[in-house]
Amino acid sequence: MAHYILKRLLSLVITLLVATIIIFLIIEVVPGDPAAYMMGLSGSSEAADALRIELGLDKGALERYFSWVGGMLSGDFGISYTYRVPVSQLIGERTLVSVPLTVYALILSTLIAVPVGVISASRRGSIVDTSLMGMAQVGVAIPNFWFAILMVLVFSTSLGWFSAVGFPGWDAGFWPCIKALTIPAVSLALPQAAILARVMRSSVLEVMQEDYIRTARAKGLSRRQALIRHGLRNAMIPVLTILGLQFSFLLAGGIIIESIFSLPGLGRLVFQSIAQRDLIVVKSIVTLLVLAVVLITFLVDLIYVLVDPRLREEGRG
Amino acid sequence: MKITGLLLLFYLTSKTTALAVILNVGLQLEPPNLDPTSGAAAAIDEVVYGNIFEGLVRINKDGDVLPGLALFWEISTDGRSYVFHLAEGVKFHDGSNFDAEDVKFSFNRARAENSTNAKKYIFAPIVLIDILDPLTIMITLDHARPDFLFNIGLGDAVIVAPESASDNAFNPVGTGPFRFKKWVRGDRVELVKNDDYWGLEPRLEGAVFKFIPDPLSAYTAMMAGDIDTFPNYPAPENLFLFDRDARFDVVVGLTAGETILAINNKKTPFDNILVRKAIAHAINRKEIINGAMFGNAEPIGTHFAPSHPDYVDLTGLYPFDLGKARALMKEAGYENGFEATLKLPPPTYARRTGELISVELGRIGIKLKIENMEWAQWIDQVLRNRNFDLTVVSHVEPMDINIYANPNYYFGYDNADFQEIIAKIDESTDAAETSRLYKEAERKIAEDAVNGYLYQLGKFGVWKKEVKGMWTNYPIRSNDLRDVYIEGAN
Repeated sequence: MAHYILKRLLSLVITLLVATIIIFLIIEVVPGDPAAYMMGLSGSSEAADALRIELGLDKGALERYFSWVGGMLSGDFGISYTYRVPVSQLIGERTLVSVPLTVYALILSTLIAVPVGVISASRRGSIVDTSLMGMAQVGVAIPNFWFAILMVLVFSTSLGWFSAVGFPGWDAGFWPCIKALTIPAVSLALPQAAILARVMRSSVLEVMQEDYIRTARAKGLSRRQALIRHGLRNAMIPVLTILGLQFSFLLAGGIIIESIFSLPGLGRLVFQSIAQRDLIVVKSIVTLLVLAVVLITFLVDLIYVLVDPRLREEGRG
Repeated sequence: MKITGLLLLFYLTSKTTALAVILNVGLQLEPPNLDPTSGAAAAIDEVVYGNIFEGLVRINKDGDVLPGLALFWEISTDGRSYVFHLAEGVKFHDGSNFDAEDVKFSFNRARAENSTNAKKYIFAPIVLIDILDPLTIMITLDHARPDFLFNIGLGDAVIVAPESASDNAFNPVGTGPFRFKKWVRGDRVELVKNDDYWGLEPRLEGAVFKFIPDPLSAYTAMMAGDIDTFPNYPAPENLFLFDRDARFDVVVGLTAGETILAINNKKTPFDNILVRKAIAHAINRKEIINGAMFGNAEPIGTHFAPSHPDYVDLTGLYPFDLGKARALMKEAGYENGFEATLKLPPPTYARRTGELISVELGRIGIKLKIENMEWAQWIDQVLRNRNFDLTVVSHVEPMDINIYANPNYYFGYDNADFQEIIAKIDESTDAAETSRLYKEAERKIAEDAVNGYLYQLGKFGVWKKEVKGMWTNYPIRSNDLRDVYIEGAN
């Protein structure tokens, strides 16, 4: 077990180190100079030169790499070129939008997907199963941005229940924020729920064929009891894998939904920073996203161990 | 059940439709920082100019120069020295007093060697800054500069305080009618009324500038009532929807943005005036304005704002005439045409206009390959390294015809006659003479067909009917809210 975790941790550190080198190199070769960008069409080259020195862009590549990585290790991500505030502050503010949005969406999608998957599986071939899976098929096919716009037109423009755009900020209170995140979260959740429900269904069906379920049934448990007591836990493993992938996907990939709702999330910050050549922000966020993905994979690996005792045995062996 | 309950809760907490005296202003671009004296982003001025920061003089909605922190001024007969008489009892938002020292500090900071002011050239003519008394300051220039007063009315020349200047990027402290409250990056900037304002009290209690980059979201936000006013609505194709809706006013005005097909005058075959004239004849402005701007723009024939009194309408100089255009191509030796690239920056107007241009030039045998690029790439390749054939861009700086006098500017127009005209304008102290010279300059670049002159970029104002006092035009990029009010709210 300890060996297993140690191995995972080591590969995590190596992945991160390689990632910082790749990120730095890619950003080095990206054309476009942040100082020239900030000075615009009419700015003097003299002012741009002064700005370049102010931003520390006149230093050598190796020096900048080490000061960047060294800074991150001590928690100092540098100062954003365009916003002129610490990158950690920028990322912190955005994370407080992106992470709650992602968690909200995943909770919604799990709440929808798990019951739908179980019901479908337990009534396989029935009209309920067919219609639920038909809906899931539609859910997978619908692009989430289209669905988001539809939701806005209904709930904001016509009914006026929600603001169409914006995020009040957590100091405005918990409920106003949850309210602002609701339509975006639903828009993100439904397509994910559709995928998850299908995985859940096939996973449950597979589990129900297993010998231990037959044994349980033979001991006198009903189909439902057997499923709940013995089946679900096993059926959750593939679902967890998908959930882990979805978390990473939603965290970094929420950019379209963030744009539609003008939410100040991480996705939009990356996009904006790339366009403005705020390269120090781009580097740091991409590194953090890599960290998040690696950590989540690590966590999912740990949860496997909790859910599946067989892995624990293997770890010992 | 649970979901219904949640929806009901949201319904009860959803905001009422009554207008508050806080104005919600929609802007497409978020400013990178809030210091107008650093960096060139127009989005900075769109939030802070006239609201948080003020200059010695103020440019109003008609582009006129009005008294600002200087109540009045005298100009010496040789046009070289200006004596500014400053307003009394003015306080910065942090409570510190405003006086001539702040003016001296601001201008010296802007012209210092390590200055990052994007329009440092405004301050280059200054030779002396003398404080005569705390409320009187004399500025002496190297020689007469008729545009000096207008220039120090720009956002780049606002007055800042030495105590707070270094933090203005994120905590702006000015003398204006509104003070900075907070900035939720990626979402909004909030301003509140400055109760100690030295001038006329503003009528709004505050303003929230909300940043909505996506045009479709701008539409839904207006329709849902989240936004009271969108001073420059990003999607001209939707304007008719607001026009039809009784809740909104649609006001189409002009910006100081000349949209041009910029030509690399140093590169073959574009160094040949016959080719440039052929291009000018091949351009169908009406088709472009209808196709790219849905009819909402004014054609231009030179690099000058049609709203300016000195503007000369030169759209008839090289009228749309394919026969003439083809004849000119033949005369230039390109009867069979040639291939070239058209590099387009990201704004929608540029992309749409560029696509139409490629069709129009295709008609006279110029086969264009369109390359779409980001701003940073465009600035690098086109503006700095002049590695381009053609591009479409809007020059949004007011009164910027003098860029044609710089032979190193990206379109590479190097003409001694033109440079002399601009040099004369720089020194002219006579208004009638200046006006005549401007007209001469406009005609010169139009005749030389330096660039393809297409249209003046429109300003598409959409706001609720109750909102009064918004600017119709953008003589400079500003949403000065001092005169704005909401009818029936106070």
